[in-house]
Amino acid sequence: MARVQRRARPARLAAAVAATALLLAACGSDDEPTSTGGQTDDTADAGGDTGATLTMWARSVTAPQTEALVEAYNATHENQIELTVVPFDSYLQKVAAAAGGRELPDLLAANVVEAPNYAQLGLWQDIGDRIDSLDHADALAPSHIDAGTVDDKRYAVPHVVDTSALYVNTKILEAAGVDPADPAPTLRALADNIATIQAANPDVQGLYVAGSCGGCLVFTIWPSIWASGGEVLGEDGTESLLDQPEALEVFEAYNQLFADGAIPEAARNEAGPTQNEPFANGQAAFSLLGSKALATIPESDALSIGVVPIPGVDGGRSSFVGGDVLGISSSSEQADAAWDFVEWTLSDEAQLEVMAKNKNLTVRTDLASNQYSEQDPRLVLLNELVGEGRTPYAGNFFQTFNDPNGPGLPLMRAGLFGDDPAAEVPELNGAVNDSLQRN
Amino acid sequence: MSAIALTRRRGRRHSIRRPRTGFLLVLPAALVAVGLFVVPLVLAARMSVSDWPLLGEPSFTGLENYRAIAGNDLVGQALGFTAKYAAVILVVLLAVALGLAMLVRRPRRGVGLLRTAFFLPAAVGLTSAALLFYELYFAGLSPVDDALTGLGLIDRPIDWLGQPGTAFLSVVIMMTWRFAGFYMLILLAGLQSIPDDVYEAARLDGANRWQTLRHVTLPLLRPSLALCTILIITGALLAFEQFYVLTNGGPDNSTVTLVIVIVREAFSFLDLGSAAAISMVVLGGLIVLNVVQLLALRRER
Repeated sequence: MARVQRRARPARLAAAVAATALLLAACGSDDEPTSTGGQTDDTADAGGDTGATLTMWARSVTAPQTEALVEAYNATHENQIELTVVPFDSYLQKVAAAAGGRELPDLLAANVVEAPNYAQLGLWQDIGDRIDSLDHADALAPSHIDAGTVDDKRYAVPHVVDTSALYVNTKILEAAGVDPADPAPTLRALADNIATIQAANPDVQGLYVAGSCGGCLVFTIWPSIWASGGEVLGEDGTESLLDQPEALEVFEAYNQLFADGAIPEAARNEAGPTQNEPFANGQAAFSLLGSKALATIPESDALSIGVVPIPGVDGGRSSFVGGDVLGISSSSEQADAAWDFVEWTLSDEAQLEVMAKNKNLTVRTDLASNQYSEQDPRLVLLNELVGEGRTPYAGNFFQTFNDPNGPGLPLMRAGLFGDDPAAEVPELNGAVNDSLQRN
Repeated sequence: MSAIALTRRRGRRHSIRRPRTGFLLVLPAALVAVGLFVVPLVLAARMSVSDWPLLGEPSFTGLENYRAIAGNDLVGQALGFTAKYAAVILVVLLAVALGLAMLVRRPRRGVGLLRTAFFLPAAVGLTSAALLFYELYFAGLSPVDDALTGLGLIDRPIDWLGQPGTAFLSVVIMMTWRFAGFYMLILLAGLQSIPDDVYEAARLDGANRWQTLRHVTLPLLRPSLALCTILIITGALLAFEQFYVLTNGGPDNSTVTLVIVIVREAFSFLDLGSAAAISMVVLGGLIVLNVVQLLALRRER
């Protein structure tokens, strides 16, 4: 960190000088055709591409996508991004410590659920005007833009979009005689199909979930609540509705799956790092995962991947639109250069040739259907879910639901694995409300 | 005469210079103490009475942060758990350390090897030790489970870190492994300072082993035991790494310690004022506990 900073300072100065020179040149160029010094770049929109060295932080869970974007940008631009990937579970600590010392990087990505908090804390600059200048401003994933909006000021754009879905190992289903095309129109149908599969092959795990990872559970279980017609949070994010009948019904459905052995015992304490494994190894028939898993889990003799939407108790479908947003930090002195990168990541070129080509979702709804996604019906579905899915909004979202010591995880675990979810969940909901309402 | 005067004058000059020399000699240590202890302490005290945001100016809020502690459920829960942990680890560590110290007390063949072996875990960093045990306990891959199954002691693997009871036990076992040798060393020094003739007298009086331990060894070992108690209690009240690495406060917040709460306030809620307030309360509690223990020790002397 310190090394990078020290190296970056002269570069930053140089960039500032260069930017000033460019600005002066641009001002004077109205009447006289002055040359802009050593500018060889002749593209019209190169305003921010001034050979600046920019620092950027991103969470480890988006590393493959962010690294690919940075690599492609660095290869084609004067500006150079120095990316630091930070383990997701210590990201907020690192950001907090840096913000205190005003040592934030120029470009700061964040988990989309933390975006309201980051914006309220003043970690990002208001980039509303810059967003408006984009041709495709209206096509940016709406739930991500909402998450980065506080008091009508917009602080962040979607960076990596990740929708949750139900992953199906079609090989296991076919072997058990279950039709893999639509194996879970409702949670009840899912339970029946797992029973059929486990009757045919008792060694197979039914549905694998990350039962001790708050961030994973909101991502994968909440869509069932939405699909059942329920809500999880009040409008302004200060009230939990997880104790309401629709939510309780969903908890009870999953609780029954666990009690029946359809969700394996090991899932209860899965903290996240190994959550792909049982499905990737072909041990689990179903798993609740994000769209990014499609690009990272390889198919094998034991695994063919199908993707279907997460159902509600009696039908419906929904998804959690997770992932990360990207903003320019409030302490960055190179906002123009930083915006050049942000703008480029949203361009057709970056979205299609870097993101979509590698089986990632695009962050723009107008590109949801593209030449790469059309080759794969699973990607078409995951892209559709970006528009249908939800991103809950709460200032204290992370502190309440993602933090392993927050009150949200015990509540969800009581709902999924407890002896009496209908009684335990409402009891624990008070602590969740306290946490959401804290300033 | 003149020689005496000379000596006296030199002596006086010496005594004049001595305070300044003393001051200069103490200065480096004093600077370190001020820089690393007094300044942060004053800063923390100021934070604890302020709304202290990450960016922007802090503002004075009086005792607001202290009042909020009472309404923080996790603090109460963590206080209870930390006290329970302190009590358990105190008894376990003292018993094991004393047992080890008695075992390697007399110079015998192989005792040097045993002493080294017992002390060696103390040379491992606490976080490294916790990571090592994390692997040992890891559900599904645990070599401990394999060994226990092989010995026929258990039928199916134990989910060590997945249930509140075994998660707590797992940390106690790890901490005993890591620290027993260290406290053994302190108690060993205490044991060796007990003169042999006291034991001879006890033997002549017909005391058996248990009586010797209760009425000779333990009373004479009291200063060492008191030192160990203070160190263990202080360490337990400030417990963090072992729980952070092994259980992360879970399952279901059953192993959240006071310091984990402070970290949550500071780095999750980013509420530095609240974190500082809880820290000051913990500091106050530690001071009171240590004063009580030292007073008790002094009175017994």
